[in-house]
Amino acid sequence: MGLTGQSSGISLLNNKFNITKKSDEQIVIALAGNPNTGKSTLFNHLTGLNQHTGNWPGKTVCNAQGTFKYKDKDYLLVDLPGTYSILANSVEEEIARDFICFGNPDITIVITDSTCLERNLNLVLQITEITDNVVLCLNLMDEAKRKGIDIDIKKLEKSLGIPVIPTVARDGKGVNDLLFTIHNIVEGISKPTPYKMTYDDSIEALVKEIEDNLSGLLDESLNSRWITLRLIDGDKSILKSIKEILNSPSYEEREV
Amino acid sequence: MENCTEKSINDIEKIISEKLEQNASFGDKIVSKIYEKAEQIANDVVKINDTRKINWDKKLDDILTSRITGYPIMLLMLCLIFWITIQGANYPSALLANLLFGLEEKISSLFVFLNSPEWLHGILVLGIYRTLAWVVSVMLPPMAIFFPLFTLLEDLGYLPRVAFNLDNMFRKSGTHGKQALTMSMGFGCNAAGIIACRIIDSPRERLIAIITNNFVPCNGRFPTLIAIAMIFIGVFISKEYSSLAASLAVVLIVLIGIYFTLLISKLLSKTVLKGIPSSFTLELPPYRKPQIGKVIVRSIFDRTLFVLGRAILIAAPAGAITWIVANTTIGDVSILNHVAGFLNPFAKLMGLDGFILMAFILGLPANEIVLPILIMSYLSKGAMLEFESIDSLRQLLVNNGWTWVTGLNVMLFSLLHFPCGTTLLTIKKETNSIKWTVFTFVLTTSIAVLVTFAVNTIATLLGWV
Repeated sequence: MGLTGQSSGISLLNNKFNITKKSDEQIVIALAGNPNTGKSTLFNHLTGLNQHTGNWPGKTVCNAQGTFKYKDKDYLLVDLPGTYSILANSVEEEIARDFICFGNPDITIVITDSTCLERNLNLVLQITEITDNVVLCLNLMDEAKRKGIDIDIKKLEKSLGIPVIPTVARDGKGVNDLLFTIHNIVEGISKPTPYKMTYDDSIEALVKEIEDNLSGLLDESLNSRWITLRLIDGDKSILKSIKEILNSPSYEEREV
Repeated sequence: MENCTEKSINDIEKIISEKLEQNASFGDKIVSKIYEKAEQIANDVVKINDTRKINWDKKLDDILTSRITGYPIMLLMLCLIFWITIQGANYPSALLANLLFGLEEKISSLFVFLNSPEWLHGILVLGIYRTLAWVVSVMLPPMAIFFPLFTLLEDLGYLPRVAFNLDNMFRKSGTHGKQALTMSMGFGCNAAGIIACRIIDSPRERLIAIITNNFVPCNGRFPTLIAIAMIFIGVFISKEYSSLAASLAVVLIVLIGIYFTLLISKLLSKTVLKGIPSSFTLELPPYRKPQIGKVIVRSIFDRTLFVLGRAILIAAPAGAITWIVANTTIGDVSILNHVAGFLNPFAKLMGLDGFILMAFILGLPANEIVLPILIMSYLSKGAMLEFESIDSLRQLLVNNGWTWVTGLNVMLFSLLHFPCGTTLLTIKKETNSIKWTVFTFVLTTSIAVLVTFAVNTIATLLGWV
């Protein structure tokens, strides 16, 4: 059963997200971040591909994928559209959200613009609500430095509970540290324990009630708390996505 | 099993809708909690110690997006890019033409030496080789200069400022401001521009952006426009100012394209695609120092050689076919002349001729090959020509009755006519509708016919032709 589960996981990736995973061993990494923070630049740097990069927000509108090898491991990197949030206010946000939530990437890199960290952190906090294996890539450190912005990396790591790697993706600075960090997570040497948002008591009570109803329904790999929160949020598209996933042939096969 | 999940999901929906009735602000509370936390962490870890006295980004933005200086600078930039392209392309174009056509003579004598049949020499040398030589010598130099320049502007962060400047005009046309961005993408490739329309959420506004994207000239059409401006519009002005006149002509064509984008968008949003524009926030990214070396290498490999490769791939068979069609006769007249003769009366109304119209129709797979096919058709009429310089191309066109009005009409038709095959397929894919694909085809072509007809009529009435 375990085998079918895994292979159906691949076909789910394939059916819904158009992602072709070569083998079960390949590690899937999602690359998320605000628009114009250098996702495609980092993507090109890691994969050696030439996704068109350009200095304007919203350039990547569909998932681009590429592969790379690091320390004898095969990686599949998925470049998600740039978004400010994943609360699904737009198509890009829905694509990014669905992939992180239902595509089950092994690791998610959130790439942020160091010159406006606060706005970027909104997305980081939303993503760490869905999945634990998140690495924060603090990009554009050269611009931050020029603007006299100083970021306490250690403190940030502690507040968020995830690894934080400063980079200048254009010059490839810090990319090796990033890869090493990812490698350590894959090997189980380190394990991110992200800070989890807690909300008002009234919300938390409602979350509990709905989560109990929901938990029997969903595959354990899905984050029921996060889905519950989105439902409370009044997000209709998440129900649509859940129904889609539940009804997809690969998923039913798994349930049989 | 399916029913069971449907049922539980419905149950959950019910619980939530009950709760939300009691307290509707859950969503806001969740979001503001996340924002609070982000702010708290950021305040905790970020120290700003800005020692710079002047904020250059802001200063630049004030100038580049100001109501007064924004548009003039945009026009100036556009003009400058085309001027550098045209000025710079002149010499290498002539050099390449000399080289390649000199080589043609050598190849021809080799064919004679080997005693090969006339038709083989015709198809291979007069058909394929000569078309390729034209594609390379006319298109390569402008592309190799234009694309890096355009990519530099993109890398620098100027494109979003252009979008910002144009946003207001698009809103007045009843469409989405992001259309300014998808339009800018269209300058690279209309198919890419149409895919970029996915960033527009409202289906109505997206459709408008898709339908009108073709009105900005793409990679494939810029070389044609630049070449015609260079060899035709430019030379009618005194030599010193010819590059300037040619670049102004291309800028004018681009502006006409933008004008039609706005006009048709407005017409569509007032008629078949009614609605009010939705609002959005456009973020102006920081200016970034472009990586000049990388930009040049990338734009030459990714764009110039890509477009050239595609052009060659399509131009080679097209050249062979054109030669065959031009040299196969029915009665005493070649098939080529039959078709051109058939199209001629209609084409004349638009200030074109049968050969030009036929080249546009044969150029449906890719706009890049319109000019080479046209040249081939003219050459096959028997008027042999000494290929001494790029200027001989102008002579060829003049011999075939071209005036500057013909040049202008060809540029206008190229700008406004039906999208290329790839773009049409992309429209079909993105809209998922044959109806809208056909609609775009008919709409653009009708506009091209109407505009060239109007220009030609006015020019005739004024006695310019």
